[in-house]
Amino acid sequence: MKQYLLSIYQPDGDPPPPEILEPIMRDINAVNAEMRGAGAWVFTGGLYPPEVATVLRADGADVLVTDGPFAEGKEHIGGFWVIRAPDLDAALGWARKATTACKLPVEVRPMVDMAEG
Amino acid sequence: MPGPAPAPTPADVERVFREEYGRAVAVLTRVFGDIDTAEDAVQDAFAEAARRWPSAGLPASPAGWIITTARNRAIDRLRREAARDAKQAQAALLRAENEPIEEGPVHDDRLRLIFTCCHPALGPAARIALTLRLLGGLTTAEIARAFLVPEPTMAQRLVRAKAKIRDAGIPYRVPAEADLPARLSGVLAVAYLIFNEGYTASSGEALARPDLCAEATRLGRLLARLMPDEPEVLGLLALMLLTESRRAARTSPDGALVLLADHAIRADLLRRLGRPAEADAAYEAAIARAGNEAERAYLTRARARLRAP
Repeated sequence: MKQYLLSIYQPDGDPPPPEILEPIMRDINAVNAEMRGAGAWVFTGGLYPPEVATVLRADGADVLVTDGPFAEGKEHIGGFWVIRAPDLDAALGWARKATTACKLPVEVRPMVDMAEG
Repeated sequence: MPGPAPAPTPADVERVFREEYGRAVAVLTRVFGDIDTAEDAVQDAFAEAARRWPSAGLPASPAGWIITTARNRAIDRLRREAARDAKQAQAALLRAENEPIEEGPVHDDRLRLIFTCCHPALGPAARIALTLRLLGGLTTAEIARAFLVPEPTMAQRLVRAKAKIRDAGIPYRVPAEADLPARLSGVLAVAYLIFNEGYTASSGEALARPDLCAEATRLGRLLARLMPDEPEVLGLLALMLLTESRRAARTSPDGALVLLADHAIRADLLRRLGRPAEADAAYEAAIARAGNEAERAYLTRARARLRAP
């Protein structure tokens, strides 16, 4: 069974007001429950905004530490799922539910199976 | 008693290649679970056929011969790789031992391959290139020429598309009933885009590229045979055949474009639509343009029938 990373691309800035956010969170929780029930759920995470990110970069023996996200942009990953699916069509099926629930674009990326070497 | 079959010419091998390449790649993709393995093996088998058939004669079932030979070649190659501890080769071998080379009773393997090539997760240009390559057996150079991109660009496009199929896990199967209408329309769009590029080439010297029209029509016929109950498939095939039937009349002998408005057929269509005044004028114009007496006489008779009470 392959694993896929489903990332939510979220515009930078303040989150929407509670009357919009609450039904969205309810829908996302429903998708999570459905994934768990189907045995597809591996992991979910929501992220704090990109301003609080820190980037580290090895430079010879030193490590350079800088404030802010790695990539500048108007959108950043706001949350993600790791799911288990037999093929891309099954993963796209979950991503369809995910983007419908969170009302934001969702990117699907296959994960390399580390056991394959 | 019939004598021995005449030795096949290179043109005979070429014809078998055109007709059977897609089926062979489709069967072997199922057997080995990998498109590259299937393509390499089928090409090996055709190279062997080109060497052997001219002296040994055409086998009773050329397609069966190609598929069996390709399977054996691929197994030999995978055994050599598996001996060097290549995990993918071992997996493909294990799979091949359990997969029969006969096709299932319900679905032709080519149908699965079409849906894989036209998967919405692939870019539109990649879908067209993959379909022409894997189902039509066109070479990378031929596809590059047809779409006027440099050959390395087309080669790169095909390599990337095949890597995505493998790494993202794009399945090799006909979609479930619920997804079929949306997915089928994607497949038909690819066939239609190939036809369209052939009908009015987006660049180059000639108006039309009959080879692409022929390839799209072949794909349409194949889909109609594999999915005889889908009206959309029959509709597209009918559209392509109707359009194709006018191809020779679309250009003058020196290759210049002849518009529908200048065709006598326009007058015929107007007559059938019950617009006699416009049809009369169109016949008039066509008669004035007709190059020979026989054509003029025919058009004059048609106009006379129109004017008769």
